[in-house]
Amino acid sequence: MLAHLPVLVILAPLLGAPVASLLRGPNWPWLLATLLSWFALLCSVLLLIQVNAQGTFIYTMGGWEAPWGIEYRIDFANALLLVLITGLASVVLPYARLSVEHEIGADRCPLFYTALLLLILGLCGITVTGDAFNVFVFLEVSSLATYTLIAMGRDRRALTASFSYLIMGTIGATFYLIGVGFLYVMTGTLNMADLAERLPAISDSSTVRTAFAFIVTGICLKLALFPLHLWLPNAYTYSPSAVTAFLGATATKVAVYVLIRFVFTIFGVEFSFGAEPLAEVLVPLAIIGLLSASTVSIMQPNIKRMLAYSSVAQIGYIVLGLAMGTAMGLTASLLHVFNHGLMKGALFMVMGAVAYRMGGTSIDDMRGLAKTMPLTFWAFVLGGLSLIGVPLTVGFVSKWHLILASLELGWWPVVVAILAGSMLAVVYVGRVVEAGFFGEPKDATKREAPWGLLVPLWVLVIANIWFGIDTRLTVDIAEAAAAQLMAGGVVR
Amino acid sequence: MTISELMFPPAFIMIIGAMLLPVVRDSFRPVLLVLVPLLTLLMIWNLDDGVLLSARFLGYEVELVEASNVRRLFATIFALMAMIGGFFAFRHAKVAELSAAMAYAAGAVGVSFAGDLITLFLFWEFMALFSTIVVWCGGTEEARRAGIRYGIMHLIGGIILKIGIEGVAIQTGSIEIQALQLESFATWMILIGILINAAAPPVSAWLSDAYPEASPTGSVFLSAFTTKTAVLALWLLFPGQSVLIWIGLYMIFYGIIYALMENDMRRILAYSIVNQVGFMVVGVGIGTEMALNGVAAHAFSHIIYKALLLMSAGAVMVQTGKRKCTDLGGLYRTMPVTAVCGIIGALAISAFPYTSGFISKSMISSGAAYEQYAFVWYCLVAASAGVFLHAGIKFPWFVFFQKDSGLRPKDPSWNMQAAMIFFAAACVLIGVFPQILYDFLPFEATYEPYTADHLVTQLQLLLFAGLAFFVTLPLMKRTLTISLDVDFFYRRLGPILWRAFERLVKGLGDLLQSLVVKPSKSIPAMLLRYHGPEGPLARTWPTGSMLLWVTVLLVIILIGARLL
Repeated sequence: MLAHLPVLVILAPLLGAPVASLLRGPNWPWLLATLLSWFALLCSVLLLIQVNAQGTFIYTMGGWEAPWGIEYRIDFANALLLVLITGLASVVLPYARLSVEHEIGADRCPLFYTALLLLILGLCGITVTGDAFNVFVFLEVSSLATYTLIAMGRDRRALTASFSYLIMGTIGATFYLIGVGFLYVMTGTLNMADLAERLPAISDSSTVRTAFAFIVTGICLKLALFPLHLWLPNAYTYSPSAVTAFLGATATKVAVYVLIRFVFTIFGVEFSFGAEPLAEVLVPLAIIGLLSASTVSIMQPNIKRMLAYSSVAQIGYIVLGLAMGTAMGLTASLLHVFNHGLMKGALFMVMGAVAYRMGGTSIDDMRGLAKTMPLTFWAFVLGGLSLIGVPLTVGFVSKWHLILASLELGWWPVVVAILAGSMLAVVYVGRVVEAGFFGEPKDATKREAPWGLLVPLWVLVIANIWFGIDTRLTVDIAEAAAAQLMAGGVVR
Repeated sequence: MTISELMFPPAFIMIIGAMLLPVVRDSFRPVLLVLVPLLTLLMIWNLDDGVLLSARFLGYEVELVEASNVRRLFATIFALMAMIGGFFAFRHAKVAELSAAMAYAAGAVGVSFAGDLITLFLFWEFMALFSTIVVWCGGTEEARRAGIRYGIMHLIGGIILKIGIEGVAIQTGSIEIQALQLESFATWMILIGILINAAAPPVSAWLSDAYPEASPTGSVFLSAFTTKTAVLALWLLFPGQSVLIWIGLYMIFYGIIYALMENDMRRILAYSIVNQVGFMVVGVGIGTEMALNGVAAHAFSHIIYKALLLMSAGAVMVQTGKRKCTDLGGLYRTMPVTAVCGIIGALAISAFPYTSGFISKSMISSGAAYEQYAFVWYCLVAASAGVFLHAGIKFPWFVFFQKDSGLRPKDPSWNMQAAMIFFAAACVLIGVFPQILYDFLPFEATYEPYTADHLVTQLQLLLFAGLAFFVTLPLMKRTLTISLDVDFFYRRLGPILWRAFERLVKGLGDLLQSLVVKPSKSIPAMLLRYHGPEGPLARTWPTGSMLLWVTVLLVIILIGARLL
């Protein structure tokens, strides 16, 4: 079974999705999806152990050797991503049962879990595959599932949010496909390892350079880099709480992974940063993005929307790290991909719990939360501290490395920007905490959220602190992954 | 974390204690408050010198526990302070305050034994977090605001310290705690970060802004930990940096002048903390073995007598509900125990012979004299007189004697009295038998405080200062005034700047909207446009304008590649 781990992660949700759509009632599809996500997590963890012990793991689909067949190629970077995706799925799904039934109604539950399984399938597929066209296929699977899930939000504005994301997502995917098409024309292969081998010889051609521009732009749209983030706030605000928690933690991160894979593995550091203006374009956008989105967050009356803008800001940190083009920057970027998944997952789950009891997610719904829903409130406080980057939380670990990477390059203005971003985070988290702690509850009769929501939520909160103290897993793997990626990443 | 030799740092005992406090039964709480610091003390005194516990964190081998004489001395007084302070507070303070204070003390103990800069920083931030909660536990609107200002100040200090530490880590590859030279930007950042916690200029005002707003018991805890861990950090990282002498001198006179003008009794004592820490900073700046010994000894005795003074002020507040000197007076008749203990504390802070202040402060002054810092020595001597004026006489005179205010409060509850008597006894004991303290100093102490020369100088000084006080009494009598300080600027200016910033952001957003959104309304894809109720930059943007940005980015990358 160990030899088939990469494909098992894909097969579990792929086979589970149609079954879930046939099951009746709200609970059976939920149970199936939860068990499958746990199984996928188990496979991912085993895979990470395997990669750690034996190096890059190659799986040939159906026994067809690459470049004729499709191969799955797992190294440190995507093994870490895979653990993040399946891990978050394993926490969000138990949480989803109450939240989803409450927000979208029991009759649509089978459809919901089918779409969610397809989303997990798509995200995992993008992560494991070693084939550039296969990435596109999985990208479409995950995107279509996402459009469906967002549209299920109870607010009617979810429909326009979903439609707007559909247009932007399609454009992004099309750009990506155009780029891959150009590469195929030039090299005659779609296999990533092959591409990486053949590209250096022809990297001067304008076709390859155009391909680079299309691919980077397309992916930046999917990962919501400022100013291409405009689809994100509405999509996150109006989709069901469980979906926001899962999307906010994983979807943009997978796009970041694709960008890293193309920039470092396929095009290579020398081309991306030497011949192409990657750092010159991405660093300013990342910094403007993290400052501007954080500023917008401060003035948002809707806390879910505030967190969505904060996600745009955090993408700024992630892109900043990878745009440095150094091993240390890449380490910081990968760390923040993982750590931001943990903190945003936890915070969006808090908002789900608030919505479950209070019926909304505005700052007025958060007032006096320390009295009415103390466990939910303290989960928000800890998640918020992590978002700010207070020591002994995961946020501290990634910001530490990001500042280290900037200092290594001597980029002082960047350091100042990172710190300014943290201060803005203090303000936007602080005002919610203040409202929760000192405010008077809107409705003092409301009670704590049910355990079905609290337990998964607190699992993530504790993970925020656990990985903030025990950094061996995250830092060491991120460092190993960065070293692998900087070296070109492809081991034949 | 990989564990070697030790199982856990001493601070963990108190962290667990802090977590247990809210959940145990009320009757068990005082037991816990005394037992937990006692266990910590026991552990502290069983630590051998050297690195005892290390772990892997952030890719570094961090030294969670490194023991040495001076670290043990500071940790001892922090744990002792937690114990006596907790005992003093347990009947009046909220559970949240007791628990936060215990965690705060744990942070201080953690800093004491931090073997590297990262561990130091972790416990440093831990202290900042929980001390803010202690300020908030004052429970008033002023306490809430003061707590926010205090928190922001320490956040900024923490950020500066963090940058410095990361800079040193990048430049030298070492995060070891050792004497640093002020030759790079990074080490300056570390120094500034630490000095902010020591209430050095120009931010000395955070201390007298926040501490008096805490609860009567809370300010006792606050007086002990933050500034003294900063002194320890300076002691370990920057001994002999002469810039510290001038910073310290400024703090000494700043504290005296503001305390003399102040009317609120706890603000007087808060200013005198800045003044006393100034003495210690000067000592670190002189940096000889004797001066450094003096700093360690002075920190030890200062924590005791300053806590004692704040306890007596706290007791007066608890019993009368008043805090202004003009409202108080003549309390010695009905609060004899509090008055006597307060006077002993006041004598100790004035370095009266046969009190703990005398045997420690004279070491710092002598350190200056032996190093031929004549000007520094004169300043320190003059300052000693100033200390006697503002804390030694002014506080007890206006609170316990002076006029009869008509108040007839009783002495406070037995636990408060016991805590005060304990610390008062410690002040006298250390003063009479200085060798008790000298034996534990980091360097061998051959210092003899009780020479005829020292005694005569000090007594003359104190007598003349006392004379000066009563001669100028009409000037000293405070009317209801409020002194302005640097903090006025950020208290008033902060909100104004913030509103200006908000207007700026809104204006920029409006501009952006009129430039981009309005012209693009004609695009057909805009049918799906939706206007959110939120601010301009946060608006739901039409799909068309998103497309515009996509095109712009694509073109930039394409053209940029040609330009490179």
